[in-house]
Amino acid sequence: MRLNRRSFLQMSALAGGGLALGFFDSPFLGAQGMARAELVPNAFIKIAGDGTITLMARAPEVGQGVKTMLPMMIAEELDADWSKVRVEQADLEDHFGGQSAGGSTSTQGNYLPMRRLGAACRQTLVATAAKRWGVAETECTTAPSRVLHAKSGRSFEYGELAEDACKLAPPSTDSLKLKDPKDFRIMGKPQPNVDNHAIVTGKPLFGIDCKVPDMLHAVIQRSPVVGGKVKTANLDEIKKLPGVRNVLIVAPAPAGSVGPADTTTEPGTVIAAAGMEPGVAIVADTWWQAQKARRSLVVDWDSGPGAAQSSEKFDQNAAELIKAAPENTLRSYGDVDGTLSSAAKVVEATYAYPFLAHGTLEPMDTTAAYKDGKLEMWTTSQQPGGGRSQVARALNMQASDIKVHLCRVGGGFGRRLQNDYMVEAAWLAKQVGGAVKLVWSREDDMTHDAYRPGGYHAFKGGLDANGKLIVWRQHLITYGEGKRYVSGGTLDAVEFPSGRVPNYALFASAQPLILRTGALRAPGHNAYAWAIKAFIDEMATAAACDPLEFHMQLLNATPVPMQSTGGRGGNDTMNAERLKGVLKLVAEKSGWADRKNTPGRGFGLACHYCHAGYFAEVADVSVDSRNRIKVNKIWAAGDVGNMIVNPSGAEAQVHGSIIEGMSQMQQEITIKDGKPQQTNFNSHPLLRFRQAPPIELHWRMTEFPPTGLGEPALPPVLPAIANAVFAATGKRIRTLPLARSGFSFA
Amino acid sequence: MALKLTVNHVATTVDVPPDTPLLWVLRDVLDLKGSKYGCGIGNCGACMVHVNGVPTRSCTTEVGSVSGQAITTIEGLSRDGTHPVQVAWEQMDVAQCGYCQAGQIMTAAALLAKSPHPSDSEIDTAMSNNLCRCGTYQRIRQAVHQAATLGTSAPQK
Repeated sequence: MRLNRRSFLQMSALAGGGLALGFFDSPFLGAQGMARAELVPNAFIKIAGDGTITLMARAPEVGQGVKTMLPMMIAEELDADWSKVRVEQADLEDHFGGQSAGGSTSTQGNYLPMRRLGAACRQTLVATAAKRWGVAETECTTAPSRVLHAKSGRSFEYGELAEDACKLAPPSTDSLKLKDPKDFRIMGKPQPNVDNHAIVTGKPLFGIDCKVPDMLHAVIQRSPVVGGKVKTANLDEIKKLPGVRNVLIVAPAPAGSVGPADTTTEPGTVIAAAGMEPGVAIVADTWWQAQKARRSLVVDWDSGPGAAQSSEKFDQNAAELIKAAPENTLRSYGDVDGTLSSAAKVVEATYAYPFLAHGTLEPMDTTAAYKDGKLEMWTTSQQPGGGRSQVARALNMQASDIKVHLCRVGGGFGRRLQNDYMVEAAWLAKQVGGAVKLVWSREDDMTHDAYRPGGYHAFKGGLDANGKLIVWRQHLITYGEGKRYVSGGTLDAVEFPSGRVPNYALFASAQPLILRTGALRAPGHNAYAWAIKAFIDEMATAAACDPLEFHMQLLNATPVPMQSTGGRGGNDTMNAERLKGVLKLVAEKSGWADRKNTPGRGFGLACHYCHAGYFAEVADVSVDSRNRIKVNKIWAAGDVGNMIVNPSGAEAQVHGSIIEGMSQMQQEITIKDGKPQQTNFNSHPLLRFRQAPPIELHWRMTEFPPTGLGEPALPPVLPAIANAVFAATGKRIRTLPLARSGFSFA
Repeated sequence: MALKLTVNHVATTVDVPPDTPLLWVLRDVLDLKGSKYGCGIGNCGACMVHVNGVPTRSCTTEVGSVSGQAITTIEGLSRDGTHPVQVAWEQMDVAQCGYCQAGQIMTAAALLAKSPHPSDSEIDTAMSNNLCRCGTYQRIRQAVHQAATLGTSAPQK
């Protein structure tokens, strides 16, 4: 969403003498298309006559802090008294523009639009006060929630001006003046999560806490093999169990269908909506009754072709593909083969990483109520707009007949970019003709995720006699068909060190996969940053060069432009100076130059650029005689531009990224006979409290506009730790999870 | 089957099979939504409550086994969120998504009741019973220490 010249600011009166302000991309939507009263609840800013200021948080809050940060941006330019501002979660409404959470985009996408909204409202309040006093607007200033006229010592609280303010025309969007950042009172200062009190007192905030009248509860037993379907099930027996209201066989949606086909084919069988997995749905009075009824469920499954898949076969196929000629050249320039054969030293290594589940702590859930052809939903989606469209298509409804409320979300991490559970809940509500809360069990979640795809990277690197990296050959083995790769299974042709080595080739080959994959926090980067940055460390070791110095040499190289090499992918947007800046900063803060690697204790370094952010991290590890790794400390240095909007939330995102990266190092989803083998946190473990290292974070402030922090701090921690383990033990971790390389976290 | 329960000092009767997990009785029968479902196997601690003051995973506790005992949930830890652990959690801005935090707070409150000024090693042991998917562990440690300095005596009802 942009606030541009065509955007239209809309002010409306609130009942009781207040002001509401929103903006719209089309004046028709605002002025003629809707009654004024309808606009008010959708306004971003509401100032009541008593001075109460309510700001709307438009994006889903999944733990990334936007429910606090986006209103901070409005409040700053409004010059509101933040301690008294009320923040409300916006429902899904077209007037709010983009309402999604993903790709670390909220900061850059909102920084100017939200500030301009606040500035527009402040300017209007100033104009109102000036008019009342009969003075020039330029003589007026604002203090928190107050307009001042210093010359006469007079002032008004915003609430006193609100009623009159909505009689003025809103300022044109190109007349808005934004504050000088040195005058910020709210941004750039740590502001606690606006939901803290509700969280620490256990208030029902989350999707799973939703309760609506006459609500039933549902679970769905999906095929243990992805792509399987039900042949028969003991429905009659299940229907007799306590509390069970309805049991339905969900038959597969016809291939290629996008719409509904809820035609009953045989008793008890209903065709799924597109986007749902087949299975058996159980609807009961309480969730536990539905869940317990699954214990008595006997299903004869038609597993389909997915049953032939196994992790063992994936590994075998990958080994064959590595030996064969690559299927696809993503980028190639220079003389790779010739340089490899003439190089003074060549290093070869293959890195492999597994499928991963997201395991958000709140499992997938949505509540849907169907009445008179309309749906009302309470969901935990990261992109509820896409979810509403998907539901509308699947159930052959108009999006305008689907009202969506956004609940606080117990973790997203990319899992909730998929909206399968929204479709399921909507479909169930329509089937039962009422309200249904669908909650996936943890086992459902772990075995029916859209997994981070596994992969393999075969590297060859060559050094000249001076230890300079002169050739790089990388062959990615991923999943897909031909040159179409699964979601999260691709690698951009400009990914470092592409363009920084004089002779370079990046190839990809794929093996088929019948398993849903998707984005996991820092998608792609969370896997290949580890492989690439660990292999760079191998090359630095071979060159007998300090890894920091080795990185600097690569970053100092003049990049080979993409156009000249016919490569596939976007332009290289990485700013090498910014990456060098965070490398220098983390080296300085961690005492890198004076580190002492000793047997059993080592330091590792890695850096990465992704999602517009630059991070370098140093790990200090101890490794005992049983290869148990204790991470003593992590230093992180980050550059996300000229403003850390909420330093408390920003630091939390970096902590979270680092802890998640460590969790990823010990997790895997393996497939046997087509079935994911890990079903819960005991077999797909999160890092525990005692394993979490202290994290020391430093920011490098640069002149660039601020960007997001959901993702960029994650990728470097995996290679930093792996490189530190090498420094401590002389052993390379080339296969994840750690256990497959003989290591574990202590 | 009618079972007598005492939850947050309130005596009540629930009509559920005694093998129903306490968590689902709290959430869906008594409408106390603060205790969370995370794993259902006693691994993550999001469902942590106190039974006679002892931190207990309500997802693997059959309701029939705690009939007549004093059950405390996050909603009953203090009347208005003024337990030192709750206050410290707000001061340290611990929560990210917040889903696990009720369980974390119940574990921390039980630790401080037993050991008013816990060492880092005691904190490690106690708090390793709870998982945080967002990675708030560093602030949890700071908040437990902060709660200890705020005083560990919970306001009585």
